[in-house]
Amino acid sequence: MSGITGQVEGGGAGVNRPAGAGSEAPGHPTWRTYVVIGTILTVITAAEVALFYIPALRGVLVPTLLVLSSTKFALVAMFYMHLRFDSRIFSGVFVVPLALAVLVVIALIILFHVVPHGMGQIGS
Amino acid sequence: MEMESVHHPPTATGLDSRKLGFWTFIGSETLFFGSLISTYMVYKGASVSGPYPHEVLNIPVTSVSTFVLLTSSLAMVLALNAVQQGNRRGALTWLLATAICGLIFLGFQAYEFTAFVHEGLTIKANVFGSSFFVLTGFHGAHVSVGVIWLLTLWILTLRGKIGKADALNVEIAGLYWHFVDIVWIVIFTLVYLIP
Repeated sequence: MSGITGQVEGGGAGVNRPAGAGSEAPGHPTWRTYVVIGTILTVITAAEVALFYIPALRGVLVPTLLVLSSTKFALVAMFYMHLRFDSRIFSGVFVVPLALAVLVVIALIILFHVVPHGMGQIGS
Repeated sequence: MEMESVHHPPTATGLDSRKLGFWTFIGSETLFFGSLISTYMVYKGASVSGPYPHEVLNIPVTSVSTFVLLTSSLAMVLALNAVQQGNRRGALTWLLATAICGLIFLGFQAYEFTAFVHEGLTIKANVFGSSFFVLTGFHGAHVSVGVIWLLTLWILTLRGKIGKADALNVEIAGLYWHFVDIVWIVIFTLVYLIP
């Protein structure tokens, strides 16, 4: 990532600068960085689809897809949504509900798919 | 060139209230889609009658629509970059490209929904149908709102009402569009790719 972040003009995590405050919007990546991120996202998506069609990788398909998907998610949030360069308050306002949502998903999957008989027994 | 809109009213955080408010909205949307994704995952594999996911999901078609949505996100940041530089022609081009990509994605979704209905999968056919259509339908509704928003910005830019000084308006629209994109990144993996 260091190569990518090196193209940021006047950037710096935790520093808030109004959008468009200069000729290249200080704190935001350049268009080259955006294109590089777009290329990486496309390659990762192609890899995800390719993995889906390789029977030999069935055993590691789920964890691999989750890692690749999380990587895409993080790249978009950090570079396209500028969380890497904007104030950390914005990151907090997004990451706290995101963590809560992930916990809810994991908790419900455990309750319904992992715990024997799951929630079906609770009401009976 | 000095911008006019860089000076926002003083706030306790030092941040622009519009941007902070919109990030708060995105946080609430995260919880909203988290609940829909939870519902889909809870009912995954619980259908007692078909059609089942592996019988109807079309991975090649959805992969193309995913690529289109990712491309739209790139177009969106290039539109923002153009607005920030005062490049009106670039802004018009990339805003329109983003909206067109969004419309193409919606076209793919309409095709997919129609094909599913023809194969017997409706919102009340089974729990897969219910949770699938609610999740992807709400996502599609968000894409639709985004397309309308983008086309509005495109018209305003065309009429000379969006310039460098209004870059934050485009940035906030971009935040919404990228959020819609990252939600689809999750849906594509959890609903389509994970068996």
